[in-house]
Amino acid sequence: MLSQLDANTVMDLWIIAVGAMTNAACALVGCYLVLRRMSLLGDAISHAVLPGLVVAFVLSGSVNVGFMFVGALAAGVLTAVFTETLHRYGGVAEDASMGVVFTAMFAVGVILIRRYAHAVELDADCVFSGSLDMITFHQVALAGFEVPRAMVSIAPVLLVNVAFILLFWKEMLISSFDPGLATTMGFRAGVLRYALMVLVALTAVASFEQVGSILVVAMLIVPGATAHLLTDRLRGMLWIAVLVAVASAVLGRWAATRWNVNTAGAMTVAVGGLYGLAALFSPRYGVVSTLARNARTSLRIVREDVLGMLYRLEELGVPRPMPAGEAARAVGGGPLAWLALAHLRQRREVARRGRALHLTEAGRDRARGLIRSHRLWEAYLVEYLGLPLDHVHEPAERMEHFIGTPLQSHLATDVAGTEIDPHGRAIPPPGPEGERRRD
Amino acid sequence: MTAPPLEIHDMTVAYHRKPVLWDIDLTVPEGKLVGIVGPNGAGKSTLLKAVLGLIPVASGRVTFYGEPYARQRRRVGYVPQRESVDWDFPVTVSDVVMMGTYGQLGWLRRPGAKQRATARRCLEQVGMPELADRQIRQLSGGQQQRVFLARALAQDARIYFMDEPFSGVDAATEAAILGLLQTLRERGRTVLVVHHDLLTVRHYFDHVILLNMRLIAAGPTEATFTDENLQKTYGGRLTVLDEAAEAVRRGEFER
Repeated sequence: MLSQLDANTVMDLWIIAVGAMTNAACALVGCYLVLRRMSLLGDAISHAVLPGLVVAFVLSGSVNVGFMFVGALAAGVLTAVFTETLHRYGGVAEDASMGVVFTAMFAVGVILIRRYAHAVELDADCVFSGSLDMITFHQVALAGFEVPRAMVSIAPVLLVNVAFILLFWKEMLISSFDPGLATTMGFRAGVLRYALMVLVALTAVASFEQVGSILVVAMLIVPGATAHLLTDRLRGMLWIAVLVAVASAVLGRWAATRWNVNTAGAMTVAVGGLYGLAALFSPRYGVVSTLARNARTSLRIVREDVLGMLYRLEELGVPRPMPAGEAARAVGGGPLAWLALAHLRQRREVARRGRALHLTEAGRDRARGLIRSHRLWEAYLVEYLGLPLDHVHEPAERMEHFIGTPLQSHLATDVAGTEIDPHGRAIPPPGPEGERRRD
Repeated sequence: MTAPPLEIHDMTVAYHRKPVLWDIDLTVPEGKLVGIVGPNGAGKSTLLKAVLGLIPVASGRVTFYGEPYARQRRRVGYVPQRESVDWDFPVTVSDVVMMGTYGQLGWLRRPGAKQRATARRCLEQVGMPELADRQIRQLSGGQQQRVFLARALAQDARIYFMDEPFSGVDAATEAAILGLLQTLRERGRTVLVVHHDLLTVRHYFDHVILLNMRLIAAGPTEATFTDENLQKTYGGRLTVLDEAAEAVRRGEFER
């Protein structure tokens, strides 16, 4: 019983190790594909290698791994060359030329199989989803250890990818970002582009057998796309992509055992899930954080509207009590208004005396800055844009929330000498700190 | 006498066999600010790309200081149009400026402390040292243009080609860029600038090249930027050239 469990664990670990290495190899070159907007190339190459496999089989008369590998690699590189040629000399858009080339090559592959290789067990299942679950049944001896053959074919590819990226870091960086400049400096962008395509072909072909075409395509694109959502540095992007690739191998294997499904399929779903999480929760580009940022801005605007309103009341000289309910209604009502009021009291910008709200010293300073922005903007609109008086309040009402200190002083210089706004009210002087806090 | 920074002899450039620049003959003198001026589609950017080897030249000869471009790369700097790159790319301002030093480094050598110092110095020259660690998306258009200029400074070239550095920038940036160009000239550098704004040509450039599919005129601004030459440059294309180009593209010729 115990040995049985052990064997299962060992198998799981091998599957995770091979899966992780395959995914990482794909993710590394995939980052560059994503950045160069060439993501589709992974898809193209992984389909187009089919005729290469068949031709290699027909020529060698065996399913020898070495021949198959060379055949597939040649087909992969040919895809890259055909795509580029069609794009450059045929005047076909790049994505369209990829689409034409890889579907055509895939079709040729299917015809060749039907014609020459129908006897071979090249089953569709394996092409789509790989044989990751079976890797421990094909062991080879390596330095005295029995290791899965899959490991021996993917590990060198991973090493080649890592070595290439380390060695040509600077060249890949400049030619991905600015191919024109790279070329004028003597780093021929075209050459580096082909080098990347060859690496993609190599990686796709080596990964194919283990994880199948769907996971290869997913791993070439999704970890890179996920990482791009999470970081603004290339180095960080590559690390995160590898992390995502490895995590989806672990998660995928766990899910596959848990629900007894195909491992490569589960890994594909896992990486998709990780992308979804990043798209929702990425600090800068995520849906949730964008919503949160918008909500914070809305809240700030309502807060500032309350401050502005109280300031104007004070300015009238006949202070009249402003109950919280009336204030909330005046700034649009609803939960947002009440939240803003609670916020203002918590920040000690507004205090409550009896039932009425009034500004604290801090609140008054802040409101003064706001009103200053508002009236400077009105003055500016009248003086420089020649707008009539009844056209300037509303734009100023919107703009006042977004005028920071630099713009405020710029406006003040432009309308220099004006101390009253177009409606005849005084423009408050700059605040004591001379700076408005932005949050 | 030393060879001029740039000499173009009878250069014709074609896209898909359709000529877009005809028989350009041009010599650019050392240490001048040179404006390249002409209407949309006149082939201004094409001229830059062709002399820099980014697009093939159908015929003719281009030399830098008397030698072909491949042998003078390190003396040549290039500032592409701002729109030509992806500003979402995960690099910082200082990464981009550092790229200017790659040409001098050559293959495989990594930038080190010296290159970082160069990048910092060049960022200071364009007045944005505090933005070194920003991702480039977070910059305004004018700042992005200045990053490109800082990168050009880091190239430490003797002759520069700039594709519309003044396009879409605010007045302050325009002044800053002009200041930089003048500094480069004072250091004896030659700068060729594709330029759109006719009003500022006289004020900005010592020399102009007037272009509209062919060379209209080239020389000192005073003598060249005349109403008559402008009329020739902007007063409609030579329809014969358009027709001829179209005929070449279709592989036809008229008897």
